[in-house]
Amino acid sequence: MRPFAYQAPDDTGAAVRSVAERPDAVFLGGGTNLVDHLRLGVVSPGLLVDVTALTSTEITEVGGGLRVGAGVPNSELAADARVRSRYPVLAQALLSGASGQLRNMATTGGNPLQRTRCMYFQDVSTPCNKREPGSGCSAIGGSTRNHAVLGTSEHCIATHPSDMAVAMAALDAQVLVLGPDGERTIPFTELHRLPGDTPERDTVLEHGELITAIDLPELPMARRSRYRKVRDRASYAFALVSVAAALDVDGGVVREARIAFGGVAHAPWRARRAEEALRGATVSDESFAAAAAAELTDARPQPGVDGGNEFKIALLTRTLVATLRDLAREEA
Amino acid sequence: MTDTDMTGTDMTPALAPHAIGRDLARRDGAAKVRGTAFYADESPVENPVYCRIVASTIARGRAVSVDTGEAEGLDGVLAVLTPATAERLASTSDAELAVLQDDRVGFRGQIVGAVVAESFEVARDAAARVRVEYEVAAHDAALSADRDDLYTPDQVNPTYETDTAQGDMAAAMASAPVTLERTYTTPMLHNNPMEPHATTALWEPDRGAGALTLYDSTQGVHPVRSTVAAVLGLDEDQVRVVCPYVGGGFGSKGMPHANTVLAAMAARAVPGRPVRVALTRQQMFSLAGYRTPTIQQVQLAAQRDGALDGIAIDVVEQTSRIKEFAEQTGVPTRNMYAAPNRRTTHRLAALDVPVPSWMRAPGECPGMFGPEVALDELAAELGMDPVELRIRNEPDVDPETGKPFSTRNLVACLRRGAEQFGWPGRDPRPGVRLEGGWWIGTGVASATYPVYRMPVSTAVIGYSGGRYVARIGAADIGTGAWTVLPQIAADALGVPVQEVEVLIGDTEYPPASVAGGSSGTTTWGSALVAAAEQFRGKFGADPHEGDEIEASVPENAASERFAMHAYGAHFAEVAVHADTGEVRVPRLHGTFAAGRIVNPRLARSQLLGGMTMGLGMALMEDSVLDPRTGHVVNHDLAEYHVATNADVADLRADWVHEDDPHVNPMGSKGIGEIGIVGTAAAVANAAWHATGVRVRDLPLTLDKVLPPA
Repeated sequence: MRPFAYQAPDDTGAAVRSVAERPDAVFLGGGTNLVDHLRLGVVSPGLLVDVTALTSTEITEVGGGLRVGAGVPNSELAADARVRSRYPVLAQALLSGASGQLRNMATTGGNPLQRTRCMYFQDVSTPCNKREPGSGCSAIGGSTRNHAVLGTSEHCIATHPSDMAVAMAALDAQVLVLGPDGERTIPFTELHRLPGDTPERDTVLEHGELITAIDLPELPMARRSRYRKVRDRASYAFALVSVAAALDVDGGVVREARIAFGGVAHAPWRARRAEEALRGATVSDESFAAAAAAELTDARPQPGVDGGNEFKIALLTRTLVATLRDLAREEA
Repeated sequence: MTDTDMTGTDMTPALAPHAIGRDLARRDGAAKVRGTAFYADESPVENPVYCRIVASTIARGRAVSVDTGEAEGLDGVLAVLTPATAERLASTSDAELAVLQDDRVGFRGQIVGAVVAESFEVARDAAARVRVEYEVAAHDAALSADRDDLYTPDQVNPTYETDTAQGDMAAAMASAPVTLERTYTTPMLHNNPMEPHATTALWEPDRGAGALTLYDSTQGVHPVRSTVAAVLGLDEDQVRVVCPYVGGGFGSKGMPHANTVLAAMAARAVPGRPVRVALTRQQMFSLAGYRTPTIQQVQLAAQRDGALDGIAIDVVEQTSRIKEFAEQTGVPTRNMYAAPNRRTTHRLAALDVPVPSWMRAPGECPGMFGPEVALDELAAELGMDPVELRIRNEPDVDPETGKPFSTRNLVACLRRGAEQFGWPGRDPRPGVRLEGGWWIGTGVASATYPVYRMPVSTAVIGYSGGRYVARIGAADIGTGAWTVLPQIAADALGVPVQEVEVLIGDTEYPPASVAGGSSGTTTWGSALVAAAEQFRGKFGADPHEGDEIEASVPENAASERFAMHAYGAHFAEVAVHADTGEVRVPRLHGTFAAGRIVNPRLARSQLLGGMTMGLGMALMEDSVLDPRTGHVVNHDLAEYHVATNADVADLRADWVHEDDPHVNPMGSKGIGEIGIVGTAAAVANAAWHATGVRVRDLPLTLDKVLPPA
C-alpha cells in the first residue's frame, strides 16, 4: 500500500474536477471494495476524493419511478418500503449480497462499480489483463468455478460480482452521471462493458465521471419480481449464478418478461434473447427452459483446475426455470 | 446428557467429582468480551515496530538477487532482511524454520525477505518495493494416485507405523460374497483460525535470562521456546514465550512455523525494539500448515449378514519436498471395526508445495471419511441399516493389538444418537423424499479419537493469601483450559473451585506439553492431580502461607494394558434443492462417549465447534491449488468458504455417561477433535439418501448433485 493524498471536497462539481485533473485520482464511496484493493496493492491511486458526504442519500419519487441518490447505503435501499413493494427483485438482490455490516457501508453509486472478485485479479503476484493490461489472463486454464460463461474473451473471463446490479439491469434503471463536461444519463444495461481486448475497463464511465443517482423507472410488472441467488454457502458468498426476473402473465401466456443474470459474465447480463423467446409463450417449464437455451446459445464454459464451470449452464437453466415457475405461480 | 445411561465399567475414576462436571462459565470470558484479553499482535509493549514478509512468487528455484534499495530508502524503514543479510541460524535441520538461510525457494509463498519499519503502513509499502529476481526451476505441485514417484514414509504422524497388515486382505476380497472397492478423496484444507499467526518479539541482548521475549499465538509456549532456542542457538532460559489467549489454532499453531522464527530474527535485527509480525490471511495459506489432500482407496469384504471379512485403506497424500509431514489417514481403520483381514498403507508425493501440518484430528478426520462412506455403500448393497451394520462389526478387543478397550461405547453412541435423532423407522430408499422443493435424506457415521497423554508436563501448586495458586505453562486456545484446570485442581485438593487459580500460558511457569492431540486436559490435569496429592501429603489439609510443591504428569501404566479411545456417532439430515442442487444441513447431531465430561458447557462448545468445522469440510472447504503456480488461489475468507451462521441450523451435541478408571484420575478423554471426525461422512451419506447420488469427493458442492438441465 502506497501513501496517497485524501480530499473531501464541498460538492460533487469540485470532486469531479479533482479526479478529472489527476489520472491517478479515484473517488472514494463506502470503500468496501476500494480499501481492500489498496491494501492488496491491486490499485495504488495517488489521490482519494471522498464523495460519501456529497451525493444524495435520499430516495425520491420521480415520474412514477424512484430516484436513488448515489449515497444511499445498500441497507437503506433494501429496507425502503417503496422499493420492497414496487421492486422486490431489487430489495432481494441487495439483501443477498455481502453482510449486514458491508451493506451499511456500501453505496448505491459504488455498488455497480465493484471490481471483479477473480482471485487472480486480486493477487498481484499473478498476471491479469484487467489489473495489468497485456500481462495475460491467469484465470483461463486456472481456477474457473466463479468465472464467466457468457461474453468472455481470450483476454478475460471475469465476472461482475454485484447482486444489486443484476436487478438494476432487469429493471431498466438509468444511471445519472456527472462528469467534467456536465451531466449525462446512461442506461444501466450499457454501463458495464464486456472485456473484449480491453478488460481493464469495467464500465463506459470516463475518468472523472461520478454516478450521482440511479433512476428506477415506473414498471408495474416489477411488483411481481424475484431475485434468486445460488451460491456455495448459505450466506456471504458471491453468486455462482443468479437470476433477476419479472414476469407479466395473462391467461397462461407470457406477455412480457424482464430477465437478467449474475455470476456468468463480465457485466450484469440482460437476457434479451430469453425475454424475446418468452413473449407470447405458454407458461410451462418447457418454455422457460427454451428461453434459457436461447440465451445460452453462445455460452462458452471454461475448463479449470477446480473442475471448471460447465455446471453453470445447467444451473442457470434450472434456476431460471424455477424462478419463472415461481413467478408464474404467484401470478395465477 | 443424562446420567441414566450407565455404560461404563463398575469402576470409577480416581477423582470424586465436585467441581468436575459443573457447567461453569469461562473464567476468561468477560475479558474476551470486553476486549481486555490481549492477543499476540496487541501485546502490551512500548514503542513497537512492524515487520512485513516478502513472499516468493515462484514455487521452485532460487531468489538470486533481492534488491532492497528502494525499500531502504523509505522513511521509517529500520531493517530489511534477505537471504544475504539475515543472521545465520544455529540449526537449519528443519527446512521450514530455516528462514532466509539460503536463496533456495521450495514453495510459492516462502519467505524470501522481510522489512522492519516504524509503522505497519511503511513496512507494508516497503515490502512491496523489495525487488526479487528469481532463477526459476520447473516445479511439480499436482497430486495424483498414479504418480510413479510415490514413496513410503518411515512412519506417519506422529509415530505410527506406515503400513500394517493382518490376515490376507486380497484373499478376503477374492472369497467374500460381497465386496466393495471405491476411491474417496478429501481436498487440501486450511485451518483458518480467526486470529492470524502472530508474534510480538523483543530482543534485549544485555539481559541473560529472558533476553528474547516472544508473545506468540501458539498452542504451546514451551514447545515454541525449545524450538526457537535451538534454531537460534540460545539457551532455553534466554527465551521467554508468553501466550495467555489464542484466537483459534486447530493444530496450525501446534508446531512453530516460519513466522515465529522470523519474528525472533527481526527482533534481533533491531535490539530493544519490540517487533510485531502478523501473517496476512493470504500468507496463512502458505506459511501456517494445512491438511494434505487425501486419495483413499477403500476395500470392504463382507458376509451377507454384514460381518466384515476384511477392511483396507490405501492412502495417497502429499508432503512438501522441503519437509515431510505424513498424515496418518489410514490409522483409524486399524482399530475401528472387527475384521480378521486388514490392510492400511500410506504413500506420499513430495511436491513443491507449502509444508502440511496438523489440522483438527489429523488422521482421524480425513481417514474416517472414506471408510464411513464405504460402510454406507455396503449397507445399501446389503439392504441393511447403516447403524446396525456398524454395530454388527463392533469388536470385543482392539483388532490391531488384541488389548481390551479401557472403555468403548460406540454402540451406546449409535443407539442413543439414533433414538434422539429419530432414526428408527427410517425409509432406507434414496431419493424418494421431496419436501417443499428439497430432497431430504438422513445419514450416519461413526467417529473415534485416541486418548493421548503427553510425557512431559509439570505443575506447581502453592498456598498464598488463603488461596491455592497453581502454575503450568499450558495453553487455552479457546478450549477452556483457564476454567477446566481449576475444576480439576479443586477436586484434587478437595476445596471449592473458587479457592483455586491456575495460571497458564507463560514459560515462566513449569513446562507443559502442546495443546494438541486432544491431550491437554489429560496431561495437564494429571500433573495437577499429582501435585495436589503431593501437596496434601506433605502439608496436610491446613497449609501455611508459601507452602508449595511441584509434580509432573506420571506415566499411565494402564496404557500398556488397554486401548484407549473416545467414540462418537454423527447423524445428519441433508436437504438438496431440487432445482439448484444447493446442499443444506437442517440437522446435525452428535453423540459422544468421551469419559467424564469435566465442564459440560465448554465441552458442548468444543463438540459443536468440531461439528461446525466438519460441516464446512463436508460442504464447502476446498483449498484450490493451481498446479501451474503452486499457490492456493482462493486464499482469503471470501473465497475459501467456512461455514457461516446461516449454514448452521439445528446443531446438537450430547454424550453418554462413561466411567473410565484407566485413562487418568479425572476419567476424561479428549474432546477437542472428535467433533469433526465423522461429520463429513454423515453429511455425504445423508446427501446420498436424499438424492441417490453418491458423492465420494469432498466438498459436496451443488455441481456434484445437480441434475442435467
